Amino acid sequence: MNAVDEGRKLQEASTSAAKQAEAVESLYAKRVEIYPRSKIGDGLAWFQKWRWATVWITQIIFYGLPWLMWNDRQAVLFELVARRFYIFGLVLWPQDIVFLTGILIIAAFSLFLFTAVGGRLWCGYACPQTVYTEIFMWIEKLIEGDRARRMVLDREPMSPRKFLLKAAKHMAWFAVALWTGYTFVGYFTPIRELGAEMLALQIGGWSALWVLFYGFATYGNAGWMREQVCKYMCPYARFQSAMFDQDTLIVTYDEARGEPRGPGSKKKSRKDFGLGDCVDCGLCVQVCPTGIDIRKGLQYECIGCAACIDACDHTMEKVGLPKGLVRYSTTNAMRDNLDSRAMWRRVFRPRVLVYGAFLLAITAALAVALSLRVPLKVDLIRDRGALAREADGGQVENVYRMQVSNTTEARRSYTMTVSGLPGLAVASETRFEVGPAAVASIPVRLLADAGQVTPGSHKIAVEVRAEDDPGVAVRETTTFLGLRR
Amino acid sequence: MSDFTSVFWDYFISIITIVSVVGCGVFLWSQSTHRVKVGAGPEPDTTGHVWDGDLQEFHNPLPRWWMWLFYITVVFSVVYLVLYPGLGTQFKGIFNWTSAREHQDEVKAAETKFGPLFASYLKMDLPAVAADERGRQMGGRIFQNNCAQCHGSDARGSRGFPNLADSDWLYGGSPEAIKTSIANGRNGVMPAMAAAIGGAEDVTDVAHYVLSLSGSPHDSARAARGQAKFAACAACHGADAKGNQTLGAPNLTDKIWLYGATVAAITETITKGRGSNTLTPGQSVMPAWKGSLTDAEIHLVAAYVYSLANSGRAAAAPPAAK
Repeated sequence: MNAVDEGRKLQEASTSAAKQAEAVESLYAKRVEIYPRSKIGDGLAWFQKWRWATVWITQIIFYGLPWLMWNDRQAVLFELVARRFYIFGLVLWPQDIVFLTGILIIAAFSLFLFTAVGGRLWCGYACPQTVYTEIFMWIEKLIEGDRARRMVLDREPMSPRKFLLKAAKHMAWFAVALWTGYTFVGYFTPIRELGAEMLALQIGGWSALWVLFYGFATYGNAGWMREQVCKYMCPYARFQSAMFDQDTLIVTYDEARGEPRGPGSKKKSRKDFGLGDCVDCGLCVQVCPTGIDIRKGLQYECIGCAACIDACDHTMEKVGLPKGLVRYSTTNAMRDNLDSRAMWRRVFRPRVLVYGAFLLAITAALAVALSLRVPLKVDLIRDRGALAREADGGQVENVYRMQVSNTTEARRSYTMTVSGLPGLAVASETRFEVGPAAVASIPVRLLADAGQVTPGSHKIAVEVRAEDDPGVAVRETTTFLGLRR
Repeated sequence: MSDFTSVFWDYFISIITIVSVVGCGVFLWSQSTHRVKVGAGPEPDTTGHVWDGDLQEFHNPLPRWWMWLFYITVVFSVVYLVLYPGLGTQFKGIFNWTSAREHQDEVKAAETKFGPLFASYLKMDLPAVAADERGRQMGGRIFQNNCAQCHGSDARGSRGFPNLADSDWLYGGSPEAIKTSIANGRNGVMPAMAAAIGGAEDVTDVAHYVLSLSGSPHDSARAARGQAKFAACAACHGADAKGNQTLGAPNLTDKIWLYGATVAAITETITKGRGSNTLTPGQSVMPAWKGSLTDAEIHLVAAYVYSLANSGRAAAAPPAAK
């Protein structure tokens, strides 16, 4: 049984007393609008600060990176048309797709590791869906006010004031969304030129389509869809339970301490009423961006943003009770009353160690592979139409096409040598230049003494070496055909 | 033309498609009108379905807009099948779309786009195109796609396929001759000459004589004997053995050999002939490219070939137009 089921059980247990009446319902329901409250006390609460910190960090990187320059080009640019991927000093080619695979594997294992240890950390703090929803809700709050005022506004009939507020909100959302779409496309086409084209209204069809597409996706997902993306669309939300176990940190409500809940009274102590520490203020429900009640236990809708922890701590402080009624804890810690040291010891369990080991190994492998990468690619293809050819002086000649890819950003000279047969020599030019980040197709003629080459195919090797750096060399094997007798 | 051999497959695919679309629609309708009794099971919030004794289905209704998305997909498929051919070959769709027509449209679009460029090169005379960097590159690509199969990617040919990068020409190296060779093709015929020359020994003598013409290693006694019998060859190759470009008869006094420079290879050439041999029909044939390549493409590839043999001159000082 996984942790989510466990949570369900807890939830069922707590509500079984008031067993709900039978009802007849459709398999589809109208979505109920959620109005998360953002203000908890004065200023930002503890986890709220963390969430805003990650919003700032991720967005400064996202919006800022395309504007950085590296020598005379954009520092990070994935030029799909030219099939060149520039990442600071690195120029990756389509043949380097294995590095992308490495990065994706690292991302996957990081996700596994962080989820096994800390639950849905990604969802709550770093996922673009959460981050943009956070930004859009902030705009919404600035224009329409916090939870209570938004609820009232939405119930009101349409009025000039309501129309203006809504129009202002959507215009602001459009602006952020459009800038996001523009920035996103700016990773794939030079962002300065794209900006100039947009200002001059001379943007190309495809660029315009993608700017609008990503802009619309941002607007729709962060403005309208919000928690529905996490609940119904996100695959990660659904397979996360495979990484969860009884020692995973989750946002939990301390049921033993909190129940039975009730407001109590100032005249008599909560003990006299037989009440637990939960004063049932409902703040934890009001702040929840997915509209759930954390007191029902772990639910699949919970994205682990810890807003309810902030809310509950605020209330506990106010009523003079110890904080932590809702807190980051684990299923085991809740059941066995583990202290934080015992919880820490349980972090180092096989699941975490295996994920961590894989993550380390793949990261190290990628780093080594990147550092050993030779910025030169050579492909040698023997002409298929012609077999061996007779040449002057009793020699046999084979002809090849050699594709030399210079993956650096400077013009470079190379020399080639051959080996593998006695007297094998290059009849064509052995020295050639290839432009920056360019491919040259070079015809290569190889000569050997016909008397020393038996009919049939022989393995030979061609080595291409950069003149200015002997470390930049590639060896390619191919075949050399002898003359038919 | 039908993609299928029998009309049965048209009905087969159409019925499966239509039944699937209608089936999805009906199932969707039944699901969207279906009502479940919630709270009837042993636990609240379940649909009351229990499998294997304890496996229950919680009631988590999907948002309603999701249901409308499903309906939109059904509508989309109906609209698509009306507009495009999706139901076999019997109903072609209102747009009458075919992949062949789309291809033709794209070819037409490419012609409109690149036509002026090709036309501008066609107007230039051949050495001028050969001297033009982009013209040479365009010709080179046409060469790689159409000519390299036989003549090699470096155009230096192979046994039976002439080297185009040297200054020796079977049919002439003038711009007009090169264009004619490409457009109309050539049919080189070396007849079997054994009978005209004499016996096997005589043929070998002639082979040695032919080798001696270019100063290649040979038996001078045999060559001297062979010289007398060369008269039979002189009709085409000329008395001085320098060949005849109107016939495509090669110059035998240079060290360029189409079928090999050994006594054995030359003996075989004389005995069996080349191109006229019924065992190897098509040998010595250069196909005509007029139908496959456009005039402009022939012009460009001819310029490329011209540039290979005249690389020094063409690039430096293109001859003045006539």
